[in-house]
Amino acid sequence: MYKIVKKRLLIPGQTSMLQIHAPQIAAKARPGNFVMLRVHEQGERIPLTIADADPEGETITLVFLVVGKTTAHLNTLEQGDEIADVCGPLGRPTEIERKGTVVCVGGGTGVAAMHHIAKGHHRAGNRVIAIVGARSQDLLLFCDELESFCPEVRIATDDGSRGHQGFVTEVLQQLIDDGEDIAEVVAVGPVPMMRAVAGVTKPHGIKTTVSLNSIMVDGIGMCGACRCSVGGETRFACVDGPEFDGHEVDFDELWGRLGQFREQEAQSMELFHQCRCGGDQ
Amino acid sequence: MTRPQKTKKKILPRVAMPEQPALERACNFEEVTLGYTAELARQEAMRCLQCKRPLCRDGCPVEIDIKAFIGCLQEDDLDGAHAVIRDYNSLPAVCGRVCPQESQCEGKCVLSAKGEPVAIGRLERYVADAFAARQEADDPCTALTGAPVCASDKPLRVACVGGGPAGLSCAGHLAAQGARVTVFEALHEVGGVLVYGIPGFRLPKDVVRREVEAMRGLGVVFRTNWVGGCTFELSELFDQGFDAVFIGVGAGLPRFLNVPGENLLGVFSANEYLTRVNLGRANAFPAYDTPPPPTGRVVVVGGGNVAMDAARTALRLGAEKVTILYRRTEAEMPARVEEVHHAKAEGVEIHCLCSPVSFNGDQGQHLVSVSAQLMELGEPDESGRCRPVCLEGQVTEIPADTAIIAVGTQPNPVLLRATPDLPLNRWGYIEADPETGETALPNVFAGGDIVTGAATVISAMGAGRRAAKAILERFGS
Ligand SMILES: Cc1cc2nc3c(=O)[nH]c(=O)nc-3n(C[C@H](O)[C@H](O)[C@H](O)COP(=O)(O)OP(=O)(O)OC[C@H]3O[C@@H](n4cnc5c(N)ncnc54)[C@H](O)[C@@H]3O)c2cc1C
Ligand SMILES: Cc1cc2nc3c(=O)[nH]c(=O)nc-3n(C[C@H](O)[C@H](O)[C@H](O)COP(=O)(O)OP(=O)(O)OC[C@H]3O[C@@H](n4cnc5c(N)ncnc54)[C@H](O)[C@@H]3O)c2cc1C
Ligand code: SF4
Ligand code: SF4
Ligand code: FES
Repeated sequence: MYKIVKKRLLIPGQTSMLQIHAPQIAAKARPGNFVMLRVHEQGERIPLTIADADPEGETITLVFLVVGKTTAHLNTLEQGDEIADVCGPLGRPTEIERKGTVVCVGGGTGVAAMHHIAKGHHRAGNRVIAIVGARSQDLLLFCDELESFCPEVRIATDDGSRGHQGFVTEVLQQLIDDGEDIAEVVAVGPVPMMRAVAGVTKPHGIKTTVSLNSIMVDGIGMCGACRCSVGGETRFACVDGPEFDGHEVDFDELWGRLGQFREQEAQSMELFHQCRCGGDQ
Repeated sequence: MTRPQKTKKKILPRVAMPEQPALERACNFEEVTLGYTAELARQEAMRCLQCKRPLCRDGCPVEIDIKAFIGCLQEDDLDGAHAVIRDYNSLPAVCGRVCPQESQCEGKCVLSAKGEPVAIGRLERYVADAFAARQEADDPCTALTGAPVCASDKPLRVACVGGGPAGLSCAGHLAAQGARVTVFEALHEVGGVLVYGIPGFRLPKDVVRREVEAMRGLGVVFRTNWVGGCTFELSELFDQGFDAVFIGVGAGLPRFLNVPGENLLGVFSANEYLTRVNLGRANAFPAYDTPPPPTGRVVVVGGGNVAMDAARTALRLGAEKVTILYRRTEAEMPARVEEVHHAKAEGVEIHCLCSPVSFNGDQGQHLVSVSAQLMELGEPDESGRCRPVCLEGQVTEIPADTAIIAVGTQPNPVLLRATPDLPLNRWGYIEADPETGETALPNVFAGGDIVTGAATVISAMGAGRRAAKAILERFGS
């Protein structure tokens, strides 16, 4: 069992942060790694990115968006509660080397994962420019943390409530147009965002790394559920990734595969709400 | 030949195994075969001739003294029979159920030349089940070894990485000799393919759990969610005071066919299909959260146990129609004969001599059909099996909503990538001494599918046992 040491609601009802006691994972976690987690005996194994790790405090930090049954259930847990299984750190860590300016783009909950990668680049001596996107100001995540080490944090909101009104890609395009010398762009977020970022950098030949969030079952290379096409070849996101060259990824295929179980997921969620409404309210 | 007096005796047919009726069982996940009763087991045991030179034993990869245990059964001595088996095999309830007996022990039994061999596997299962049923729950040591020796606190410490048959067998033998063993398993359940691959209707999960509990009773420590190469490195185990390490991480990475359309929605690896159901209990969705794979018209590609298990699982999930495509003929199928019979009786159709060339999808990227090339058998290849050759221009299209690919596996890369100094053979499996299992790294042993490629439960267990012996010898006990 893995104890929740701390819980923080980042966006009430929608996004939460958990600090979980997991000494072995904390000791090994590197930017880009994820865990497979199962909330309870009847639960599904789901992947969540390690947003931060504290080897001394023996904890890892996870940030998740409530999208379905498992994440909704996870969000009902409080400090002191336990999670049945947490397995990791999985996946290949981000390749980080000193190379100059790295632009890290994060959308929605992806900012949590992006923040860990950005920190890694910062520690390696790179100049990190962060671009953070959300629908509106109150849905922005990790801006303060990013500001603590990034010389520049640029913000884009759909409604213009803070920063640029529009998409993160427009901010990125602006940076490129301004002649910024960019060694690498890292994008973590919803599939359409990552696809759009790769689209912006491709004509300029800027190396672009994206973190794929395909459906995973075991997370250790035994099932092939997470397979995706990269450069025309089938790769397993859990063991070959989750980060890949954004210019080579078949995003349409990924998008389709993410929707494979939509009907069952809706059914699960429906039942979960019924139980909870019947029980608590 | 040497005993004419016996060959003259009429050989009785072998005692049939009680089973759930085919059509009934095709709709549930309960065990298909029900097991011999004491009376049936005795009757079957009486068929054994107690040969002077029992060939059956040569067919068993762990060389169980089959004649001796069946001899005990002929005398109604269940404890004796159990003690004999336990000397060689730490998971008899499993092997009795899943060994390909026809090509192992029973294939060598003298009776098989003249009629039906003694049902050695069924008898082994009977002994394990009957013994366990009688065993007091509070004395798991005897359940495992027949003799409680777990009080010893020898300092030998061994880590088994991977909790499949190979790792469990290694751990069981070492613990029975008093070693302190920790099993590190990546998934949340111990058992390897026995829990995530082989379905409950063939190997009930309780049987595996019972064996694991018995090992716990011997003092084996199980750490689940520990991934070698991620949560820990091999070298760290020695730093933590382990004297030896046994690697039994299996060959779990699924192969695909590399034909167009393989990533369409509705195309699964057999591992994903089976793992969702066996490990995730997707058959009990929505009580369990893992979504079940889709059903409809299901096409399964392959001819091994994995293909049979996937096909029969699909039936039980409610598939309209299940068709297996295999590129050779039924005679060459690597699956256990019993599984092929069971699958057919339950309504699975088998199309031999055909192999998929593409998976075809609709606008929404969903599978609608499988195109398969028809084949014929040509000259034998290196493995001695006839090589399938394409019949030029003969391709059929089979409508399908779901396709399951069961064409084999490759070594799991996680631990191997993290341990680059561990030498591999040219197929990417770990290079290990066939006698002892020792690898090129000192005091690191390996066995099971990660050394041989996908094989059998009993051969993995044999490897685990040999390594355990070698470790005990090295560390002097
Ligand atoms: C490597 C990786 C890292 C991730 N990191 C984070 C993170 O840090 N924070 C976060 O909020 N989300 C993250 N995700 C996505 C997260 O795994 C899904 O949101 C979660 O599984 C949804 O489960 P659910 O039961 O709540 O929703 P469901 O109703 O089951 O599913 C909602 C949607 O989530 C996706 N999904 C469902 N099951 C899985 C699964 N087993 N594996 C992957 N995706 C699935 C599907 O697209 C589905 O349509 C990550 C995914 C991957 C692959
Ligand atoms: C569906 C199916 C049906 C089969 N049917 C039969 C049958 O009827 N009869 C028969 O004899 N054989 C059968 N087999 C084959 C048989 O199951 C295998 O040969 C046998 O299980 C191999 O044992 P193993 O211990 O080497 O590996 P596995 O059983 O694969 O166990 C390996 C274990 O190691 C764990 N692991 C992997 N990587 C790591 C890591 N890095 N760190 C920690 N743990 C790790 C895995 O999670 C797993 O639990 C079948 C196989 C399948 C897939
Ligand atoms: S372990 Fe397998 S091969 Fe050996 S006797 Fe038992 S069933 Fe036969
Ligand atoms: S099982 Fe068969 S080969 Fe073995 S002793 Fe009995 S009759 Fe002989
Ligand atoms: S999640 Fe199973 S192989 Fe990647």
